[in-house]
Amino acid sequence: MLQTIPLEFYLILSAIMFMLGVVGVIVRRNAIVIFMSIEMMLNAVNLTLVSFSQFMGDSAGQIFVFFVMAVAAAEAAVGLAIVLALFRKKQTVYVDEVNVLKW
Amino acid sequence: MSTTVILFSILAIAAIATGVSVIINKNPVASAMSLILHFFALAGLYLTLNAQFLAAIQILVYAGAIMVLVVFVVMLLNLGKESALNERFNVRTGIAVSMGVLMIAQLAIAFFGQPTGYNQLSDKAALNGTAESIGTVLFTEYLFPFEAISLLLLVAIVGSILLAKKQQKESV
Repeated sequence: MLQTIPLEFYLILSAIMFMLGVVGVIVRRNAIVIFMSIEMMLNAVNLTLVSFSQFMGDSAGQIFVFFVMAVAAAEAAVGLAIVLALFRKKQTVYVDEVNVLKW
Repeated sequence: MSTTVILFSILAIAAIATGVSVIINKNPVASAMSLILHFFALAGLYLTLNAQFLAAIQILVYAGAIMVLVVFVVMLLNLGKESALNERFNVRTGIAVSMGVLMIAQLAIAFFGQPTGYNQLSDKAALNGTAESIGTVLFTEYLFPFEAISLLLLVAIVGSILLAKKQQKESV
């Protein structure tokens, strides 16, 4: 199959997805939605890695994506456990209502 | 307009639309459902890049495992719709969105002003995307990181059980 999409389009798509994730982290108050936005940012970076890997013919980028997915899975599990513990203690998942580390 | 261009456009628009839907939906369950569609669109994009193995893993790990975990927690906590914090919220949203648009514009200028010159997939792309080739590289060149990541997952399992279980005493 002849590929006609240049690399730049994948890069700009990935940049847009990354910025969507950043905006989500900044504007949302729900900790679970913030986690989802972080997953979106990780995925945007994965897309960049895969496209560079496939355009340059080096499979190392795809191995990194594999590792990023493993780290994302670990992050999601630990993060959601923190959200659960937080909800048990504070009855909220809104990050602006949690200020136990502020003095 | 070849099929590749049409496919890429559809998947890119789907990915961006579902991504926007994730961050503007007030209901966390609706956000999670949009995110699942977003992951499917990404898997499709991986397929247009000839990365079949990663497309399969994307659906298995993200749309399958991680999102089930997220939806499970959302359902467990039984949250209502997010109420907007009107005063401060709008200013923050405005600044965040304008900064995001500015950043994308800068990156677009950087990417399109200085083309990378990579207009086609490399000849090895179809071969590199298969499970066979990734497995070969993963278990030879990247064997140590692979073992390290398994240790990381073990630590994450222990950590999440420890964090989520009921505390017996007050001491953490």
